[in-house]
Amino acid sequence: MTPVFTLLPLDIALGVIVYWLLLGFAGLFSQNSRFITRFIFPAAALGSLLLAAAAVVSLVGAANVAVLPIGLPLLPFHLRLDALSAFFMLLLGAASIGISLYSAGYFRDMPGNTLGLLCFEYHVFLVGMALVFIADDAYMFMVAWETMALSSYFLVTTDHHIAETRRAGFLYLLIAHIGAIAILMAFGVMQNGVHGDYTFASMRQSELTAFWSSVVFLLALFGFGAKAGILPLHAWLPEAHPAAPSPVSAMMSGIMLKTAIYGILRVSFDLLHVQLWWWGATALVIGLITALFGVLFASVQTDMKRLLAYSSIENIGIIMVGIGLTIIFHTFHKDELAALALTAALYHSLNHAFMKSLLFLGTGSVLHATGERNLGKLGGLIQHMPKLALLVLIGALALAGLPPLNGFVSEWLLLQAFLLSPGLPNTYLNMLVPIAAAALALATALAAYVMVKFYGIIFLGRPREANLVEHAHDVGIWEWLGLAWLAVGCIALGIFPVYFITHIDFVTQMLMGHDLGTATQHGWMWLTPIESERASYNPLILFGAIVTGVMFTLYLVKKFYHGRIRRSAPWDCGFPEQTARMQDTAEGFGQPIRQIFDMFFGVIREVPTPFDKKPHYHGETRDLLWDWCYVPIAVLTEKISALIGKLQHGRINIYLLYSFATLLVLLAFVR
Amino acid sequence: MNGIFLQLFQNTLVVLLAPLFLGWVNQCRAVLQNRSGAGVLQPYRNLIKLFHKDAVLANNASPLFRFTPYILFSSMWLAASLVPVIATDLPLSPAVDVIALVGIFALARVFISLAAMDIGTSFGTLGARREMLVGFLAEPALLMVFFTAALISHSTSLVTIVATFAHKPFLIYPSLSFAAIAFVMVLLAENARIPVDNPATHLELTMIHEAMILEYSARHLALIEWASALKLFAYTTIGFALFMPWGIAEAGNMTAIPLALALLLLKLLAAGAALALLETVSTKMRIFRVPEFMGTAFMLSVLGMLIHFLLGS
Repeated sequence: MTPVFTLLPLDIALGVIVYWLLLGFAGLFSQNSRFITRFIFPAAALGSLLLAAAAVVSLVGAANVAVLPIGLPLLPFHLRLDALSAFFMLLLGAASIGISLYSAGYFRDMPGNTLGLLCFEYHVFLVGMALVFIADDAYMFMVAWETMALSSYFLVTTDHHIAETRRAGFLYLLIAHIGAIAILMAFGVMQNGVHGDYTFASMRQSELTAFWSSVVFLLALFGFGAKAGILPLHAWLPEAHPAAPSPVSAMMSGIMLKTAIYGILRVSFDLLHVQLWWWGATALVIGLITALFGVLFASVQTDMKRLLAYSSIENIGIIMVGIGLTIIFHTFHKDELAALALTAALYHSLNHAFMKSLLFLGTGSVLHATGERNLGKLGGLIQHMPKLALLVLIGALALAGLPPLNGFVSEWLLLQAFLLSPGLPNTYLNMLVPIAAAALALATALAAYVMVKFYGIIFLGRPREANLVEHAHDVGIWEWLGLAWLAVGCIALGIFPVYFITHIDFVTQMLMGHDLGTATQHGWMWLTPIESERASYNPLILFGAIVTGVMFTLYLVKKFYHGRIRRSAPWDCGFPEQTARMQDTAEGFGQPIRQIFDMFFGVIREVPTPFDKKPHYHGETRDLLWDWCYVPIAVLTEKISALIGKLQHGRINIYLLYSFATLLVLLAFVR
Repeated sequence: MNGIFLQLFQNTLVVLLAPLFLGWVNQCRAVLQNRSGAGVLQPYRNLIKLFHKDAVLANNASPLFRFTPYILFSSMWLAASLVPVIATDLPLSPAVDVIALVGIFALARVFISLAAMDIGTSFGTLGARREMLVGFLAEPALLMVFFTAALISHSTSLVTIVATFAHKPFLIYPSLSFAAIAFVMVLLAENARIPVDNPATHLELTMIHEAMILEYSARHLALIEWASALKLFAYTTIGFALFMPWGIAEAGNMTAIPLALALLLLKLLAAGAALALLETVSTKMRIFRVPEFMGTAFMLSVLGMLIHFLLGS
């Protein structure tokens, strides 16, 4: 008997989207901050859970297609939920559960009218991202893309009374739209002049030459790269993330950057037929430069949210390296290796969604408790906020790429893909690969440096400004729930990678026609890409061995040791006046990096002379790309508009003269 | 069954042998410096002494500070137990390949650095910063050394690398010789030896490792010292596994174990003496020369990989 009514995953996803919209409107109209925090945000988290569940079902099953009779005449909205969409939908749902739960606690002190608006924008943002993943025609894709960009712009400028925030928002909007134009042009080229309906289905049919395919790829790389923050389009990230409220930063960094990754994957592997090896090399090199740049700048930041924003740039770079490797392997028909590299890139996207959301939310709680974003004034918070400190420690260790947490798994997969690369028929690529592997290893090692700085300066040591921590309170239950969800996600992704990879296999199967089936053939515990003799990793045994070692040592020490402990002041080296200001500042901790990689930073120093009565020290590290790349473009734009401005006098007779001249010219040429 | 027995045997062996190896290195150093030395058993006496003392904790020490020595000891013990020193038949070994091994060293480094920052003294943060500085260059260099070996043996599993190298007729790989030099440099830096750090002094201008553990005492300090000994032991045996894997017993070959054990002891004696000699003839570097030193190690290891690609395997 066939069921009369079946609920497809796509229907559930659409239901969640409508539900989110309703919640957003409810928040907008109620403007009651108690109602919004206690009811709407937890309810949104429930929707996220449902969406994630639907996505998991959809990963396993066949693609769902639907056509909604809304939109332009003759151009209805096409929807499609296939394995690639479902994977990113899962990422959206799983990460936003934590962020929405956290928001329920975080926004409790916000006045109702502001919160109502924020709640609406927040849910529209969620809806926009979900629609991006299920759009199946260029028109709907762009509508969803713009919904996402605009709603996030308004979220970034929540504190619009601060001039810096307005500036950050403008920069974000500008770069987002330059990117959107490139994406639109990429779709235009893919439509290939054929009379079509701009659906992705007709783009898959169109036969593009290698040249036009390359044009599409480069346009897509530029357009989506502007959203992802790859170099040199990264400038908005370190401005917009600190300006936005922390849950919004978490959502933008954790989830929204991945929409760009989704776009690049969709265009290069699903919509285009041809791939050329140099696309992969381009993505690989850009990814590496982005990763190294991001991590170097993260290590010298003094604002904790800027530090995390630069770290996001680094992680996007790592994901791009994975995509680049995938393209290279795919063009040389090594599909098994391509599947491995793609798995690494997708796994890292998922990991980054969890760990970066966790850390951004953590900075939100620190900001709430102390009102300070500057690392140089924090310190010692582990004493006042132990619950938060533990959860953020998990995120920091994961982001540092340490086993047995999740960041390590994706780096392990990516390094394995590099190691298996020999045997490519192209000599230059064979030379590029070891250098790329070395650069990637350097970036991941530096990430550990950044995380020690981030965690050590905020949570450890003594408070650098005693009055800041006086009122520091630990996180409330809702915030704790959100953070704990993400932390548990980091641990689970780290310890049970095989379980998640069997699900990612459906995506690689769809895009590469090949999956990482061998990764799972030795049971759910053993991660063995390609062959078990080549490489194997078992995080559960690693974790178990360390825990057993700790327990065993603790037991022995307890059994044979008297256990006496004396508390005293820290050792002062014979110099009794130890103050909290003698600890490393954020600048101090980053100083070795600044000195070693001096040439990459634009450092401005104001050092006092010996005769200054009130000595003032000021050091600033500037992004050289801003001066080299953005300022010239801005200057050029102003010059061109000044030239065009000369045509405009504001007198009607002159404008009539222009029309007359144009007419004459047209008459002369077009007869 | 043999495998589990061997694994337990190795676990016990490394944890007991590691302080002895450290004592041997120190004794060799003393002899080379015309001192009589405290004897090879001194590290054990130190550990016993420390385990008898009362622990002194700073007033504001957090749980992280108290917990770190256990994590450090446990992870270094695990690392040392994973390296095939006498037999390749180790059940734990497939769980952790060389990349994960590098990860375990990084885990220990991050934890000790965080613990050093916990009390909030200027020495602690100074030590943490310097340790991370050395670490972020040493880690990729070590990884590249492993990659060179992995490219030759087509595997990142240390057991397979050893099995491959032990089987091949003796020949010098140009890429591996670069890797070997880089590895020795990493070993010196990561184990706080001269010329990067001097384990024997508490001079503020130079110390790295000692600055981080200034606040530790008694059992915590004992565990950290023991972990350092285990780390030196692990690095040395990794060196044996990569560059002189002869004599390590094959899987299932129990009769070769006594010979392997004897060979291991001989290798340790030689390596300890060589390490002491290397430390005696070199001088401690300024802290800002250390990045150059580590950068050289990194470049050498990358060069090793490139040479592997140039010459073809």
